Amino acid sequence: MTALSLKNVNKSFGDIHVLKDINIEVEEGEFVVFVGPSGCGKSTLLRVIAGLEDATSGEIHIAGNQVNLTPPSKRGIAMVFQSYALYPHLNVRGNMTLALKQEGQPKAVIAERVQKAANMLDLGPYLDRYPSELSGGQRQRVAIGRAIVREPKLFLFDEPLSNLDAALRMNTRIEIANLHSQLGASMIYVTHDQTEAMTLADKIVVLRDGRVEQIGSPMELYNNPANQFVAGFLGAPSMNFFPAELLGAGGERTMGIRPEDLFIAEDGPLSVQVRHVEHLGGDTNVIARLDGHQITARLFGQHQVAEGENLRLGFKPESTYAFDREGQRLR
Amino acid sequence: MNKARSNPLNSVMMHGALILYTLIALFPVFVILINSFKTRKAIFREPLALPDADSFSTIGYETVMKQGDFLLYFQNSMIVTVASIFFVLLFGAMAAYALSEYRFRGNMLMGLYLALGIMIPIRIGTVAILEMMVATGLVNTLWALILVYTAQGLPLAVFILSEFMRQVSDDLKNAGRIDGLSEYTIFFRLVLPLVRPAMATVAVFNMIPIWNDLWFPLILAPAEETKTLTLGSQVFIGQFVTDWNAVLSALSMAILPVLILYVIFSRQLIRGITSGAVK
Ligand SMILES: Nc1ncnc2c1ncn2[C@@H]1O[C@H](COP(=O)(O)OP(=O)(O)OP(=O)(O)O)[C@@H](O)[C@H]1O
Ligand SMILES: [Mg+2]
Repeated sequence: MTALSLKNVNKSFGDIHVLKDINIEVEEGEFVVFVGPSGCGKSTLLRVIAGLEDATSGEIHIAGNQVNLTPPSKRGIAMVFQSYALYPHLNVRGNMTLALKQEGQPKAVIAERVQKAANMLDLGPYLDRYPSELSGGQRQRVAIGRAIVREPKLFLFDEPLSNLDAALRMNTRIEIANLHSQLGASMIYVTHDQTEAMTLADKIVVLRDGRVEQIGSPMELYNNPANQFVAGFLGAPSMNFFPAELLGAGGERTMGIRPEDLFIAEDGPLSVQVRHVEHLGGDTNVIARLDGHQITARLFGQHQVAEGENLRLGFKPESTYAFDREGQRLR
Repeated sequence: MNKARSNPLNSVMMHGALILYTLIALFPVFVILINSFKTRKAIFREPLALPDADSFSTIGYETVMKQGDFLLYFQNSMIVTVASIFFVLLFGAMAAYALSEYRFRGNMLMGLYLALGIMIPIRIGTVAILEMMVATGLVNTLWALILVYTAQGLPLAVFILSEFMRQVSDDLKNAGRIDGLSEYTIFFRLVLPLVRPAMATVAVFNMIPIWNDLWFPLILAPAEETKTLTLGSQVFIGQFVTDWNAVLSALSMAILPVLILYVIFSRQLIRGITSGAVK
């Protein structure tokens, strides 16, 4: 059964058309990540799914039922917000139990679910503390706990890690992945961080200006991007683009090569001048100029390359991508 | 602690300025208080001297207690002030929430319309208000005053509170909606506590003009049983003779309740600022 299906969903704020004809299916138990640049409508889409905004047109089905007119609390969803949004006047236990009390669940059930969630997230010692007495990471876990206790059919996460520092972000990311496998519930996760998208997702939805650009598994999108935008958005450092003439090929095409597919070759077809070198230990990133275009090469291992040096780079012909003037992929 | 504040010289200067200001602000109150405990002669001979064995007298307070029903005036003032502030805060906050939270046609216009009252003094409409009160039979009731003061306080309340409510995190309200809280619960339990400093500000701004007002009590409720304290004290101020002992004693007693209300609200103000925020 599909956990969520969106059919031709549109959303406008007055004259501003924010979401344009969105069609998405989420299977049960699937982890779906919405990615896209800032302002592309990810949060708006999530809020439409949650029922916090009404769709201007289109249908929203959750677990088979159309929910366009259902209030957020009855949709069988739980949401985790970027700013945590904990109730400042309630302690951790109060924050986690509020929704259950509103539903009128019996006391025993509430106590059991809180216990379970607290164990899962290591929140046991903090149940009687107030949000202002917790660290950022703990607050985020409480926010996740508040979602878990409701046992929703669908979890919605809106950039839950963006307020955490790098180390904590990685730990919490792993925690969310574990949670997904333990609970087996469907999850929708919004981020503009492509590492989070690649590592967590069963399926990635790439959005741009309120439109779905491509839907697929992380490797599908990486290996087989439908257009220049998706190709450039996924993968770090991002794909190099330059006009095909530079390779001697004709036509008004744009060529794309991933930095990791480039290597130093004495007789390589690309003659570049090195501008900057980043030594990462395992990899070396070389940023260079190719006839006025910037090109990045990610070389495996450690290389001694000097700034200003002239290099020749090579690549395998099958690792190139071609795009037409509108950015559509040419195959 | 930042550098400027831990520097002892800065600290001394800052405290000096604050103490000077406090002295200036409290001086009139102090003069009223000491003179209310002096005989009439002593008041005029040495207005700044403290009452001593010779000049001490409670004649003012005795006059006040004999003249008219001061306790009742007290009670009237208290009821009018507290009820007016309550309604100003309740309706002001609700209107402000509607304006800041919901998108509807004419939202902007409605906000401007509600704020218009800040620039137009309500006393301009006194005649019309009096006619209206006569027509509804509210003359010489406390309700007449409460309604007028509520109307007088609302524009500023809506203006200040809607500005503050716009800053309350949307995520928090949305979390409440997802958890199944009603709009009323979200308003009363989540939003109001977070704008408590603003509410206290509005309350303090409104309280003192209401407490001190003479105009509307004189026009709308001059009857003996609805007199407010300010109006009641006027009997001691005559065109030719003024009973200064009584006036000063009445004023001293009038200060007390406002002081108590002020302390209550300013506590709220501080607590609101320091309570745990969203992030
Ligand atoms: N209430 C609103 N009224 C008018 N426009 C809005 C409203 N909410 C969002 N928008 C517009 O909709 C667009 C999408 O906003 P949204 O918050 O969904 O972006 P996002 O993809 O979540 O971005 P970010 O990654 O920065 O969070 C933006 O251009 C924004 O200006
Ligand atoms: Mg967003």
